[in-house]
Amino acid sequence: MELDLGFFVQQFLTGLATASTLFLLAVGLSLIFGALGIVNFAHGSFYMLGAYLLYWVARGDPEGLWWGMAVVVAIGLVLGALVERIFLRPVYPRPEHHQILLTYALLLVIEDGVKILFGSAYKSLGPPSALAMPVWILGAPFPAYYLVQILLAAAVAVLLWLFLKRTRVGLWIRAVTQDREMLEALGVPVPRLLTGVFALGIALAVLGGAATLPMQTVSPGVAVEAVISAFIVVVVGGLGSIWGSLLGAFLIGEIQAFGVMIWPEFSIAFVYLLMAVVLLVRPWGLLGRPPVVRT
Amino acid sequence: MLKAKGLSAGYGRIQVLHGVELELKKGEVVALLGRNGAGKSTLLKTLIGLLPARSGEVLLEDRPITELPAYRRAQLGIGYVPEERRIFPELSVRENLELAARPGGPWTIERVYELFPRLAEIEHRSGGYLSGGEQQMLTLARTLVTNPRLLLLDEPTEGLAPILVKAIAETVAELKAQGMPILLAEQNLAFTAGLADRGYVLETGEVRLKGPMRELVKDPRVKELLAL
Ligand SMILES: Nc1ncnc2c1ncn2[C@@H]1O[C@H](COP(=O)(O)OP(=O)(O)OP(=O)(O)O)[C@@H](O)[C@H]1O
Ligand SMILES: [Mg+2]
Repeated sequence: MELDLGFFVQQFLTGLATASTLFLLAVGLSLIFGALGIVNFAHGSFYMLGAYLLYWVARGDPEGLWWGMAVVVAIGLVLGALVERIFLRPVYPRPEHHQILLTYALLLVIEDGVKILFGSAYKSLGPPSALAMPVWILGAPFPAYYLVQILLAAAVAVLLWLFLKRTRVGLWIRAVTQDREMLEALGVPVPRLLTGVFALGIALAVLGGAATLPMQTVSPGVAVEAVISAFIVVVVGGLGSIWGSLLGAFLIGEIQAFGVMIWPEFSIAFVYLLMAVVLLVRPWGLLGRPPVVRT
Repeated sequence: MLKAKGLSAGYGRIQVLHGVELELKKGEVVALLGRNGAGKSTLLKTLIGLLPARSGEVLLEDRPITELPAYRRAQLGIGYVPEERRIFPELSVRENLELAARPGGPWTIERVYELFPRLAEIEHRSGGYLSGGEQQMLTLARTLVTNPRLLLLDEPTEGLAPILVKAIAETVAELKAQGMPILLAEQNLAFTAGLADRGYVLETGEVRLKGPMRELVKDPRVKELLAL
């Protein structure tokens, strides 16, 4: 009995670790869509790039993880800001399909860029030695690094929430999703605000990708897989809401972890089933807002 | 203070404004009259910079601001109060004010609560749940807390009950008494008659008449242009 409970907790924590990665990935996609109105197909590519950048910055040394992640997040911020300024800003007034084409082009460019710089082979970096041994929880072994991922995602969720809820810039970000022009007419530097939101979203994706490297290998193919997962999370949770990304990531992480126990070969089917049900019952996502007609 | 020189603007292929000349001086309230579709809102949007000018110039204290984005114009002191009110529906009344508030003048959130005590009562209510009158007070208060040096006020009485129209008129009179220059777009001649010093009458994007308000109210051509 005790062993069963241990196994249950182990699966639950594994699900949380998956959810943590999904959250970091999806919340940026959601923030960017909310503020800029742009569906960023390249989001998974930045996630993949984060893992490669960490590999490159840490130079194969697992002990370089911590400062490596800090450097990678800084690179993500700068890169995000540059991409917004150079590529996205000119397409805001354009029709939606131009914006989609542009972010899709970014996806292709990043994929080939990574192949040129790092080759197509898988890259990996083990966890730092302090986290290499499993921790035992209720008699079941559990990778210590997973706990780091869970804490990291929890910290990001709390900080993001505080930032959006308690700061003036956070208030502007919530407002810009509702009426960009009016916000600008009140004297808020909206162009800079949008640059900041995109940079933040990209930094989160890059962080999410980097944080998986000690547990998973990375290859260029990770990008498309990641962006599809991110879309599933925001479809389930609701686009444009942090809590939606959190709930979507949690449900999908846990469904995968427990689905493996029920039907190992097809655990992903449960995820698609959940998405289908949500789309039928609440097409705007569990915590998303139904579209309102403004008067 | 604020001047439009030969200002033209429009949407897509349609040109709406044709070489508008207009001036708002220190301390005065100027009425911008014209019937539905005359181009009043288009002119105000071009002055604040939400719509690009196709030709002509906007000058703020003789400085050309035509090329500046809307947020820079707002920071320089142009306060824009839109016709549609454009309250952020998912933010509370207080948050609608907080996001706009800028120091540098007499207007604080507490001060606009004194001007509109009703807003203080509903400060935690979501912007999407306000009545028309509450929305109008909030949109005006929200622009005031940016501490503008002049106001562009677009049809503040539209769709409001007579008692609220009276309240808005009192507020505008109070702002005027404090020396706030106001460009007041209206179809309601009676409303502007008691408030404005001068007026312009627009028709199909051109200034047809202008002059002191006391002359305009007597002019039969004004009634005709406004289809009264
Ligand atoms: N967003 C838009 N796109 C295209 N045409 C527009 C747009 N907004 C206004 N127009 C057109 O521009 C002209 C002037 O409109 P505007 O809103 O400036 O008039 P107005 O004087 O403010 O009228 P009202 O009293 O109804 O507010 C009208 O013919 C209108 O149809
Ligand atoms: Mg109008």
